[in-house]
Amino acid sequence: MPAAAPITGPVLSVRDLRVQFPTRRGVLTALDGVSFDIAPGEVLGVVGESGAGKSMTGAAIIGLLEPPGRIAGGEIRLQGERIDTLPQDRLRRIRGRQIGAIFQDPLTTLNPLYTVGRQLIETMQAHLGLSDREARQRAIGWLEMVGIPAAAQRVDSYPHEFSGGMRQRVVISLALCAEPILVVADEPTTALDVSIQAQIIALLKRLAREKGTAMMLVTHDMGVIAETADRVAVMYAGRVAEIGPVRAVVKAPKHPYSAGLMASIPPLDRKVAHLSGIEGAMPRLSAIPPGCAFNPRCPHVFDRCRHERPELIETGSTRAACWLYDPASEKQAPELLRHG
Amino acid sequence: MAAFILSRILQAIPVMLVVALFSFAMFAYVGDPVAIMLGQDFTEAQRVQLVHDLGLDQPFFVQFATFVGHALQGDFGLSYRLSRPVAELIAERAPATLELAFCAALVALLVGVPMGVYTGLYRNSWLSRAFLTFSLIGVSLPTFLIGILLILVFSVWLGWLPSFGRGDVVQLGWWSTGLLTLSGLKALILPSITLGMFQLTLIMRLVRAEMLEVLRTDYIKFARARGLSNRAINFGHALKNTLVPVITIAGLQLGGIIAFAIVTETVFQWPGMGLLFIQSVGAADIPVMAAYLLLIALVFVTINLVVDLLYYLVDPRLRIGRGAAGGH
Ligand SMILES: Nc1ncnc2c1ncn2[C@@H]1O[C@H](COP(=O)(O)OP(=O)(O)OP(=O)(O)O)[C@@H](O)[C@H]1O
Ligand code: SF4
Ligand SMILES: [Mg+2]
Repeated sequence: MPAAAPITGPVLSVRDLRVQFPTRRGVLTALDGVSFDIAPGEVLGVVGESGAGKSMTGAAIIGLLEPPGRIAGGEIRLQGERIDTLPQDRLRRIRGRQIGAIFQDPLTTLNPLYTVGRQLIETMQAHLGLSDREARQRAIGWLEMVGIPAAAQRVDSYPHEFSGGMRQRVVISLALCAEPILVVADEPTTALDVSIQAQIIALLKRLAREKGTAMMLVTHDMGVIAETADRVAVMYAGRVAEIGPVRAVVKAPKHPYSAGLMASIPPLDRKVAHLSGIEGAMPRLSAIPPGCAFNPRCPHVFDRCRHERPELIETGSTRAACWLYDPASEKQAPELLRHG
Repeated sequence: MAAFILSRILQAIPVMLVVALFSFAMFAYVGDPVAIMLGQDFTEAQRVQLVHDLGLDQPFFVQFATFVGHALQGDFGLSYRLSRPVAELIAERAPATLELAFCAALVALLVGVPMGVYTGLYRNSWLSRAFLTFSLIGVSLPTFLIGILLILVFSVWLGWLPSFGRGDVVQLGWWSTGLLTLSGLKALILPSITLGMFQLTLIMRLVRAEMLEVLRTDYIKFARARGLSNRAINFGHALKNTLVPVITIAGLQLGGIIAFAIVTETVFQWPGMGLLFIQSVGAADIPVMAAYLLLIALVFVTINLVVDLLYYLVDPRLRIGRGAAGGH
């Protein structure tokens, strides 16, 4: 890979991604035609109700879908190179090195029997070919960088000797220590105390800026999205319902589901359980309705929605998978959705 | 650390006292040592004299206290059957049992752990299935049957290995070892396999179950997401976490190995403590039986302590107040 060449295209490009789970009662399609790009240094927020497929998308990108889940269609490109078809052995060299991952619960993501320094050192040595001394030096540097006080001593501490917030800082250093070009962060603050969530997000944002790392940030917290993301993708039932600049999607959502989601944000709510003004719940994977997956709950549903599946349609600065924005539809978006 | 060991030792004392009470109760209520020692012809005066000599006319607690006091000095009296000090008899037999138990434990660990790791990592391979079937047989066949089958194949049919005894032993001070001669080593093979078989299958199943459990954890997923090699993940991160609970069980099993050596020693006519115990039971030789029971209890208690210490060394979460200066 030419390292020196300036990156022109997107860092990550996901096209028509389809993930399936063969089960005893037939094949479940967890992701169905997911497409999006992430530009260099860009933060893409991913939101949606529980079970929408946010984590599944992240797992597919880092090549760690849990069996029997598998990529059944579409493609994933990293800097233009297809990575979804790579053998595990090649993919391993990309994980950690080019794509870093941050998981939800810092209490369970660190190996309890290894010191944090050892975990940092082994990660850097796996990818960067550093000497023991140099790796240790850098490990201390990373702990300092993520704001661990007395890093030179703490490098020999075990995970249980750190608080939850401090452990998530360690996890962040682990995700970034091989200087990846993309970080997939799946709800990095959900498991943390509310009082330290903002610090962790600020740290993540600052480091991504400094290092020019692109990020896919999954979260339930619209406040975090508004503050951190450049663009946001709204997912529903394994599909992208709407994607666009964060301002547009949060302030003037076009898709009826995004509109419901944005209207239902209580200031401190963490998990979006119910959508105000929208009845019902997201369908199970085995019972996704034909046409638009949102049609049983949509206040604007019309005939076409029940038969034809909408693709993402350009509307204003965002793109929404909704027939209301197809000039050929018999029904058009109401004023409320058009202007937000 | 010192406080930890001390508290463990203090906890062990009541356990040992209960076992001592039990052993002592055998003296008091099983068989009649006076009748055994006097034989057929005796006078009443001889009988009274003997009862007094043995302290049997004392109150129960005085007798018990005397028993414990003597036991602490390693004095368990004379064997009824052999008329020799029990301590001497046991010291003579202990090396045979301990060497056998050690080799059996070695077999169980060196074969059981790798088999468990393999079956955990390659759940669906045919070799894993074969191992699991084998372990089922190992668990369900009684020890004496395994011993007899091994003797049948390797001693009777193939004639490769001896079917009984320790072979030639070398005397190192009071310790007699079979580890230094070829015939001694050959004689150890079949009994070790027989004795270790149950523990081997148990350890294998335990390691497998733990391995499967650990491989599902977030930190293993995260290790994969960090791009570590399969080798580092499976044999570093996963195995080390697997061994934490395995140490406990395997350690306790070692105590079991020493205790259950009785059957194996009988099958192979192995001159150890187990065989001595069986012979003593046949002759109602209470002092030997009591001493053996206490010794086995002591072995269990000691192993428990060692296991706790190992656990403490392996799992940093149990180490509190670790100084910033490093070291352990
Ligand atoms: N092993 C599996 N077999 C079948 N279906 C699965 C499996 N794992 C996940 N799913 C389904 O895939 C869908 C997507 O799950 P995913 O974890 O990506 O949701 P999510 O958007 O991350 O939700 P949350 O906000 O709760 O984290 C869900 O409907 C879930 O039930
Ligand atoms: S396509 Fe129809 S059902 Fe789907 S969101 Fe648009 S209006 Fe609602
Ligand atoms: Mg999730």
